[in-house]
Amino acid sequence: MNESSIVDSALPISIRGLTKQYGQLYALDTVDLDIKSGEFLTLLGPSGSGKTTLLMAIAGFNRPDAGSIRFGDKEMILTPPHKREVGMVFQSYALFPHMSVAENIAYPLKLRRVNKSERRERVNKALDTVQLSGLGERHIDQLSGGQRQRVALARAFVFEPRILLMDEPLSALDKKLRERMQIELKDLHRQLGVTTVYVTHDQREALTMSDRIAVIDNGQLMQVDAPQVIYNQPSNAFVADFIGESTMIPLKRTGNELFVGDERVSSVPDTPAETDWSLVIRPERLMVEPGTADRDSTLFFNGTVKESVFQGETALLLVVLDDGTEVSVRSSTGTATPGITANPGSQVQLAIFRRDIIVVPTGNSQR
Amino acid sequence: MSKTSAETVVENNQTGNQFPAVSDDNRVALAEQEKREQWKLLSLTFPALVVIALVILIPVGWLFYLSFIGKAGGFSLENYQKMIEYKSYARTFTTTFQVSFLTTLICILLGYPLAYFLAQLPGRWVGFFMLAVLLPFWTSLLVRTYAWLVLLQRKGIINDFAINMGLWESPIKLVHNMTGTLIGMAHIMLPFLVLPLYNAMKKIDRDMMHAASNLGASPARAFWTVYMPLSLPGMVAGSLIVFVLCLGFYVTPAVLGGGRVIMVSTQITAILENQFNWGAASALGVVLLIATLLVLFIAGRVLKLDAALFGKS
Repeated sequence: MNESSIVDSALPISIRGLTKQYGQLYALDTVDLDIKSGEFLTLLGPSGSGKTTLLMAIAGFNRPDAGSIRFGDKEMILTPPHKREVGMVFQSYALFPHMSVAENIAYPLKLRRVNKSERRERVNKALDTVQLSGLGERHIDQLSGGQRQRVALARAFVFEPRILLMDEPLSALDKKLRERMQIELKDLHRQLGVTTVYVTHDQREALTMSDRIAVIDNGQLMQVDAPQVIYNQPSNAFVADFIGESTMIPLKRTGNELFVGDERVSSVPDTPAETDWSLVIRPERLMVEPGTADRDSTLFFNGTVKESVFQGETALLLVVLDDGTEVSVRSSTGTATPGITANPGSQVQLAIFRRDIIVVPTGNSQR
Repeated sequence: MSKTSAETVVENNQTGNQFPAVSDDNRVALAEQEKREQWKLLSLTFPALVVIALVILIPVGWLFYLSFIGKAGGFSLENYQKMIEYKSYARTFTTTFQVSFLTTLICILLGYPLAYFLAQLPGRWVGFFMLAVLLPFWTSLLVRTYAWLVLLQRKGIINDFAINMGLWESPIKLVHNMTGTLIGMAHIMLPFLVLPLYNAMKKIDRDMMHAASNLGASPARAFWTVYMPLSLPGMVAGSLIVFVLCLGFYVTPAVLGGGRVIMVSTQITAILENQFNWGAASALGVVLLIATLLVLFIAGRVLKLDAALFGKS
């Protein structure tokens, strides 16, 4: 497949005011989202957050109550699914059991009246791309889970759609295969250059694969940003809590300054709303018994070790701080940076660099 | 069996635990226990086997024997020869297959949309509509057949209604002929088709149709290329049940056919009542049985072919 020509034909998606109500419940609450041409965007959220509803609305399988979905500058909201020209990989794969692998992949080409020889050529090329060459004659139930996943993928992109949708395509695979497929999918996306919308509830998967992540909860977008930004600068408590591990410590406000205990954390971030604020601590950013005592760059906590857990590549230390908050500390176990082990009951001093501190608003109860 | 521990046990150096290398302890006793359990399980089928032998194998064997006894009392092929000689027999078989085929066809035409409708219903409604399908199924066959007679006869409800509405001017003959027979039989057979078909449709993943339309298939195209082939096994199974049941059906063609639709079963009764000829009646029964088995055999072959196509064993 010619890379540049495919990149040219990728389409941006523009969603405005998309709303879908089930009874009293908003599955989608006036969602505005711009997906750039050729971008890999992940919709990430807990189950029931509306992420699948949004994907199905883009595919045309459910009818929103209001709003607009544009592919490029063409309004698609009333277009039936079979005329939308988007490829989709289903969670269940939805491969046709009465057709062979090759027939499954040829199905969309047949519908587009591609002639037989070109059809065969494109099916073989698609099989090559997903590394299933020579398996075209197999029946679907002769394939492993990973192979089915690849067939579903090949069928979704063989007709060169300009938008590719994926609904938790890796959730049925075991952990090792899933992690390999994440890299392969990312690679394939780079090859095809097609605008991709990916749905998952697995935050690590989202961080691994995406150009940008749209965190969604209760039918509302919580934050749309690149993985590093989502992780390092979550814009609210939900995102901070949902992405990665975190401990949240409520902050006290005095004037325009925020404090934890007697320690000044930061000044109040520039936000109009009157809210409460919390300190978000990532377990891997805490240090145990730091050599430094520089209070300008570092924030210190004292606590008692509750539990020390070995988890293979990392070790986890659960510490109860003097104010009763429980925090976890994660460190790698290799000899380069030996994981901290401490006996339950012993006193420890923890520290975090001020530049690693995250402060998020909590009072406006978005959850 | 049990050797001394010194011979059969190897040392595991790393943990110091001791494992038997290959043990024959209790091997024979365990095998015997498994065999006993298998026999116990098998013995559960014995009562059913006895009943089948008594009420099916013996009577059918007896009929088979009778069909080879001539009027004179000795062994003879005359009962079978007559079936070839007289055209009325051939006509009976043609009618039987014709009625069975048409009934099956009507059931498919009525039952497929019905089963599809049931399969699309949300869970809480299925119970109610299923009851509507099954309720007549639980009502006496005779009651339903006579009910159709009341509805369809010359001065019945349907003719009265149609004439009052001006649909037709004088009563139309709806019963005591092929039309009445087919209406009654299709009604009685419908659940036998709908139930296996509904079952097959229920198993079709909703995503299948989504996938088809996502790949560019119009609703009609998606139906014919995906839904229909996937529901086919259920339809074949249901049609087969209906067709085979129709072949030997008696009450409804006898009542609603009014003597004009002569099926094998009605002819057997007639031979017994009019001529008291057990041999001829038995021969007819044997041929019908063989014809039915033949249909099942051929369908079985075709079905297996399907199974191969679907990649199942």
